[in-house]
Amino acid sequence: MIAEFGLVALWLAAALAGLQLVAGFFGMREGGEQVAALARPAALVQALLCGLSFLALIYLFATTDLSVKLVAANSHSAKPMIFKLAGTWGNHEGSMLLWITVMALAGGLIAALERRLPERTMLATLGAQGFLALGFYAFILFTSNPFERLPLPPVEGNGLNPLLQDIGQAFHPPNLYVGYVGLSVAFSFVVGALLTRQVTPEFARVMRPWVLGAWVFLTIGITAGSYWAYYELGWGGWWFWDPVENAALMPWLAATALLHSVSVLAARDALRAWTVMLGVVAFSMSMVGTFLVRSGILTSVHAFAVDPERGSFILMLLALYIGGALVLFATRAGTVAEGERFSILSREGALVVNNVALSAILGIVLLGTLYPLLTEAFDVRVSVGPPYFNPVAAIFFLPMLVVLAIGPLLRWRGDSFARIRIPVIILAAIAVVTLLAVWLLADIDLLPLLGLALAAMVAVGSVLPLRGRSLRRLPIAVWGMVIAHLGVAVALFGMAADTAFQQERLVAASVGDVIEDGPWQVELRSVKPVAGPNWTAIEADLGLTYKGAPAGEAKPQARSFWSPPTETSEVALVTRWNGQLYAALGNQAEDGRWQLRLWWKPFVTWIWYGGLLIALGGVLSIIGRVSGDLRRRVAARKIADRKADEEALAAGAGA
Amino acid sequence: MRVLLALIALALAAPLAAQDSLPPAPYAYQQLEDPELEAQATELMHTLRCLKCQSQSIADSDAPMAGDMRHQVRTRIAAGEDPEDIRAWLIQRYGDYVSYQPRVTAATWPLFAIPLALLVIVFFILRGRFARRSKGAGE
Amino acid sequence: MKGLRYFLWGLVALAAGLFGLFAYQLTQPKDEFVESAMIGQPIPAFDLRPALESQPGLSSADLADGQPKLVNIFASWCVPCRAEAPQLETLRDSGAEIVGIAIRDRPEDVAAFLQVYGNPFTRVGADDISEVQLSLGSSGVPETFVVDGNGVITYQHIGDIRPEHVPGILARLREAGA
Repeated sequence: MIAEFGLVALWLAAALAGLQLVAGFFGMREGGEQVAALARPAALVQALLCGLSFLALIYLFATTDLSVKLVAANSHSAKPMIFKLAGTWGNHEGSMLLWITVMALAGGLIAALERRLPERTMLATLGAQGFLALGFYAFILFTSNPFERLPLPPVEGNGLNPLLQDIGQAFHPPNLYVGYVGLSVAFSFVVGALLTRQVTPEFARVMRPWVLGAWVFLTIGITAGSYWAYYELGWGGWWFWDPVENAALMPWLAATALLHSVSVLAARDALRAWTVMLGVVAFSMSMVGTFLVRSGILTSVHAFAVDPERGSFILMLLALYIGGALVLFATRAGTVAEGERFSILSREGALVVNNVALSAILGIVLLGTLYPLLTEAFDVRVSVGPPYFNPVAAIFFLPMLVVLAIGPLLRWRGDSFARIRIPVIILAAIAVVTLLAVWLLADIDLLPLLGLALAAMVAVGSVLPLRGRSLRRLPIAVWGMVIAHLGVAVALFGMAADTAFQQERLVAASVGDVIEDGPWQVELRSVKPVAGPNWTAIEADLGLTYKGAPAGEAKPQARSFWSPPTETSEVALVTRWNGQLYAALGNQAEDGRWQLRLWWKPFVTWIWYGGLLIALGGVLSIIGRVSGDLRRRVAARKIADRKADEEALAAGAGA
Repeated sequence: MRVLLALIALALAAPLAAQDSLPPAPYAYQQLEDPELEAQATELMHTLRCLKCQSQSIADSDAPMAGDMRHQVRTRIAAGEDPEDIRAWLIQRYGDYVSYQPRVTAATWPLFAIPLALLVIVFFILRGRFARRSKGAGE
Repeated sequence: MKGLRYFLWGLVALAAGLFGLFAYQLTQPKDEFVESAMIGQPIPAFDLRPALESQPGLSSADLADGQPKLVNIFASWCVPCRAEAPQLETLRDSGAEIVGIAIRDRPEDVAAFLQVYGNPFTRVGADDISEVQLSLGSSGVPETFVVDGNGVITYQHIGDIRPEHVPGILARLREAGA
């Protein structure tokens, strides 16, 4: 019953999305007031129904209803409850239902709360949102029905894969979907503004929290994904330029550019065309990413749910939405006037450089990721990897960092070089001194060397805007910017330091051997078997000494799971403030010695601390912006009330 | 008791897990003595594709074939071969697919031309934007 | 403003091209095989010790003795190699001379494997560190190469040989012999 209920709710929600589309697009025309009144209620009821449908699926997973095909294929009665629940979205159908649910909830939220834009623009936005949602409903209902029943329910479910029972794995995908949905809302706002020719600062202010929110979730997703690959794959790498990683990076790059552009539009009524374009591109990239990952046309370590039929459906939606939005934009280009003017030496000027550089990096990542696909069409197979992406992206990334350090010091509209001469000289001096010091003291490659110098410069540059200001009265949004920029410096420092100074030791060790790795001495004290709930493992006991002082122990394992039989390497990580010791245990050689892989990775953890700082900066910005908007709204209402009172008084006096 | 159980289970699990029966090649998991040469080998290994895995370099893979390729790289480097010659040797056998570092060929020149074009476009976008501005400001 | 419009239509064209590429690739069967670039090249020099006590090993000189041959790359631990064993028998019975290269294998395992699944080989070399496999541009087991009488590689079959592949491989072998 519950499955049928969920399916019916989903069909009804789809119908309401259709209603929202019609009400929005017809309501925005003249004489459409009557249908227009339906748009907001349609979005609200749609959110309710879609939410109920998702709850129904969660219930089916929680009770392990094996008569439902999806549950039988992906769950098991013996799974811990938390993984039963997470199993709801740990598969293609469920994850699409989660996606559309988040999308419907976001639509409901806008419909309920957002009243700042002209009503016609709002209707167009809701119509666009209904149009997007309708495509995703069709996708689920026609190609990926999560509520399909089995004629003969099996005795037990299939899904006990221990590798997928990981908290990180359980919450990573929903996190990314929230990010993608946030970008889809921004996209709807862009389409609404284009349709009604209302690309205004108000539009930017309304869109900004959604862009910031999406960006925070994408930042967390990429940071977490990188750390997951780092400890799970067992070789100490944290970024591989793998197609799936790139698919997540591209929307992030576009969203980063978009949020800066939106700020300029909100504050200064400039960069209108940029904002619209980036709004379209950011959502396109999240759909292209989804398409690449789900259609299986690229090979990757993380590929899942590969199905060409679903791929064609997503591709159709992609062509419809993105192609449609781009054509709309191109035909409306004349109405998106350029906006306010500014000089190159201004906050806007710096942000234009930022936009251009991020877009160029996005172009390069897209090119490098898809190029093998292009040559394959001509039967030539090539690989594009780190030796391409690192230097080519750096051509744009490094200059952008220089601008990042200086930009926040500049005034809006126009500034004079004389005013910022001293901080610029300080920043340049920091970069040059760091560069020379590292170059003289250590023999490292050019890219990490530049990375270290720029990290120092950006770190100092990011806190300079605080100079001479009362820290207690500083707006929260400014704190957000400072912390996010500091996060960039911290992450960059971590990447450069680890690349330049990591020390690798691969050895075959007997019990009692002591291995030197950088400042560490690692003694292999024993190797013995251990057992877990559904695995057995060989565990090495490593006694550690850091610079001569005892520093605890590390216990890496080589694990074997029973069902399905899988072998994994469980690395041991010993974290200090200045880096991590990364230890992995390999096989036993014929002579009885054990393979040990050890890396001393100086400051590697700063990469992820930096990522979290960036996300924290985003959260602070949202808080600052939303609370500012609320305050403004309260103030506006007070003024309106007073005006009404005065008018009433005047009317009373006149009578 | 736990240890004993684990031992039994391990004995049972071993045949299931058996993939190939030989130990890894000598230099699959062992570094070269000379840190200079090892650094060269590591750098090269990070740019060679593991053919049995999906988008991983041979330096990041536990696949036996990746181990054998690492052994090839290290022994050839130790014998004084130039890293780029080793890459060329592999490309001669597997095509460009084996190398993560694309060469400039008839099939790959756009990979290098497009970023250059981007650089030019960026220059013109910025110049177009600001040249007009300063003229406008001067009027 | 005109510039922006051209730029946007350019973007539309780019997106259309991209979607076209995606659509084309969706219709293409996805093969994960990495083809050897050594086809048409003489076989690289090698000399492998025997993988079995009862049969000689394999060297590149044996492959340039005037007779075209099939070189089968296999291993006792490889499951599809078991599936293709009957087809190798058929090929041998049709007059093909087949030599084997056992990848990363112990002599006793090779012997047991050939005992159970049949031994179609005239020579079996042992490639313990995949050295010859790498020099042939082969990236997995099983693979089968056609080598002509002068020791030049003329064809590569990737994956297990199914019954429907047998006539094609025999034809390739005949071509190599002519």
